[in-house]
Amino acid sequence: MPYNKVTLEDVQKFRQICDSQRVLWKEAISPDYSHDELSLEQNPPEVVVLPNSTQEVSQILAYCSKRNIPVTPRGAGTGLCGGAVPLYGGVVLVTTEMNRILEIDQENLMAVVEPGVLLLELQNTVEELGLFYPPDPGEKTATIGGNVSTNAGGMRAIKYGVTRDFVLGLEAVLPDGRIIETGGKVYKNSSGYSLTDLLIGAEGTLAVITKIILRLLPKPSRQLSLVVPFDGLSPAVAAVPKILSAGEIPSALEFFQREVLEAAEKYLGRSFPHGEAPAYLMLTFWGTDAVELEKTYERVARVCLDNGAHDVLIAHTADRQEALWENRGAFLEALKGMGELDEVDVVVPPNQVAAFIEFTEELRVEYQLPILSFGHAGDGNLHIYLLRDKMEREAWLALTQQAMKEIYAHAKELQGLVSGEHGIGFAKKPYLEQALSPAVLELMRAIKLVFDPNQLMNPGKVC
Amino acid sequence: MHIVVCIKQVPETRNVEVCPETGVLLRDGVDSIMNPFDLYALEAALRLKEQYGGTVSVISMGPPQAQTVIREAYQMGADRGYLLSDRAFAGADTLATSYTLAQGIEKLDAYDVILCGLQTTDGDTAQVGPGIAEVLGIPHESNVSRVLGATADGLQVISDLGTMVYTKSIKFPCLVTLTKGVGEPRLLSFKLKQSTRDWPITTWSAADLDSAAQDFFGLSGSPTQVERIFPPTVSDSFETWEGSGLELSHKLVQKLQELRLVEGVERAQN
Repeated sequence: MPYNKVTLEDVQKFRQICDSQRVLWKEAISPDYSHDELSLEQNPPEVVVLPNSTQEVSQILAYCSKRNIPVTPRGAGTGLCGGAVPLYGGVVLVTTEMNRILEIDQENLMAVVEPGVLLLELQNTVEELGLFYPPDPGEKTATIGGNVSTNAGGMRAIKYGVTRDFVLGLEAVLPDGRIIETGGKVYKNSSGYSLTDLLIGAEGTLAVITKIILRLLPKPSRQLSLVVPFDGLSPAVAAVPKILSAGEIPSALEFFQREVLEAAEKYLGRSFPHGEAPAYLMLTFWGTDAVELEKTYERVARVCLDNGAHDVLIAHTADRQEALWENRGAFLEALKGMGELDEVDVVVPPNQVAAFIEFTEELRVEYQLPILSFGHAGDGNLHIYLLRDKMEREAWLALTQQAMKEIYAHAKELQGLVSGEHGIGFAKKPYLEQALSPAVLELMRAIKLVFDPNQLMNPGKVC
Repeated sequence: MHIVVCIKQVPETRNVEVCPETGVLLRDGVDSIMNPFDLYALEAALRLKEQYGGTVSVISMGPPQAQTVIREAYQMGADRGYLLSDRAFAGADTLATSYTLAQGIEKLDAYDVILCGLQTTDGDTAQVGPGIAEVLGIPHESNVSRVLGATADGLQVISDLGTMVYTKSIKFPCLVTLTKGVGEPRLLSFKLKQSTRDWPITTWSAADLDSAAQDFFGLSGSPTQVERIFPPTVSDSFETWEGSGLELSHKLVQKLQELRLVEGVERAQN
């Protein structure tokens, strides 16, 4: 696309808008801004700006629009699909300086935050007040802006929903610099098209989100986790629909293989309290009444035993549970420590998880490729990792591409979708194109042009 | 091998607050759990049993609700549980506690080894384990981070004293206090929960113990008199230093020496 290159004059203009310390140019630009956490492609920005107010964002976008310079919004850079990679250079607009929690409204159970607030910080802050923010993606150092832009899901989605379900309103800056507000501090909203919902998951291709109104819940006082060892992934995930129909939806229901667990143990330097089974389910139940909670988990435990579980292990103290979930949270980092890898984040109907897992096990044999998986058994969102191990890079890339095609094709057969929570970025773009109908793609592209007629916002991404 | 494990029910402390006036832990609404260090002792015991065979008995002193932690021990794999519970045991200091537990242990079948957690999270003294051994007149080793194995007449252990790590052999019968190095304690098993639901817990009161010992129980048997309990003072004051890494490290050493927080460090050379 015919974009203008960033000139010294442009940089000077940005330095007038933000103070000069928050404008990085040339050698001041860390290579980190060229890539995200996983995607194999990278490209450096020409300039990095770190605005700290909506006004600054507005002025930067208005200027870039006038100058025809592309802008790639970026949070903490923890994405996995290349959403924050500036494919066409230009400006990387980093939101991490806009990191204030503006308000915790305890009367309305809402929080108003800037996009650069880290998930971890938000969770800790509201939990100290006896509240909680249910979305719980594994990556706690992601920004809320990034979570909103990818519609991140996480481990509690099965019970509480995903980021979208907790965003009530947004403030955003359009590519021409105009500031808009969508939704608001309201729980219900039937007031026209939901622009909030369009901006959620748009990966910065429509506008820059500058303020987020989030819904909170009162924090349940009690928590109990179960670790359930099985003979293999198939029996483990096959037990899931039966667990879900036992009457109580757990707030988390994860599955993983022993190989992934071993990687996490090595990464954390701490052993898991059980290590002999090929596959596990891990569940959490929340409640306020100890007796009720016990009844619930015992019912589920019996279902597990009836469906092939070796045993059901109970963690009821805060310390033990935290250690267990820390293990789960470390999976991705641990796998990355094993070398180069590529990932799939497909989502299928929950009752197809077992079939899909069996399919990946077959692929693993067919391709002789280390394929490891873990994920959200309850909500059908699978994380499948294709590791390079000692394979030659070119050969691995070719093999991976072939395997990916099969994986996405199979997901489609099972009525699944390309991405459950990581987003499309550019890494998943070809797969999205194959998965969606021409009419749907046409609508998506038309919406993009209404927001961003000059295609300056995060070009080359999503659709 | 008969392995005895001493366990204690303690408040789940992470969010516990201390009453600013009395210094007493505010326990309202706080759950009780097995002392985390005791989990290591129990784990070490269960591993010994798995490796060499035998019986694991757990013993606790506390109010009737301390039965909960004994049930939990059953759910981890312990075979027998004993609770010493009597108002006469209340208010015991570490000496009286050691003494009472020792009286209870004397009533059990002959034991080879007694395992204790290094310390409790509500008392933090680390005195009761060695205290029991002294009352029983048996050898003891504290701060054990690993049990290497057992022979017919004793254990090989690694004891980590911070500045020195010892590998030692200790003869049966003996007492060992354990730290977290022994490995991640197993979780409670639902299968064991089901199968041990009706298991008895033997409860002994003061009257069940040696009549000559009665004067040494509880508050009356405790030479320690608590004058005052208070939360440690926390200072918010701070200084900010600037300089190179080298300058700052010298300054830090100097400061630590001034405050007498380090000993045996050579004077910083500028």
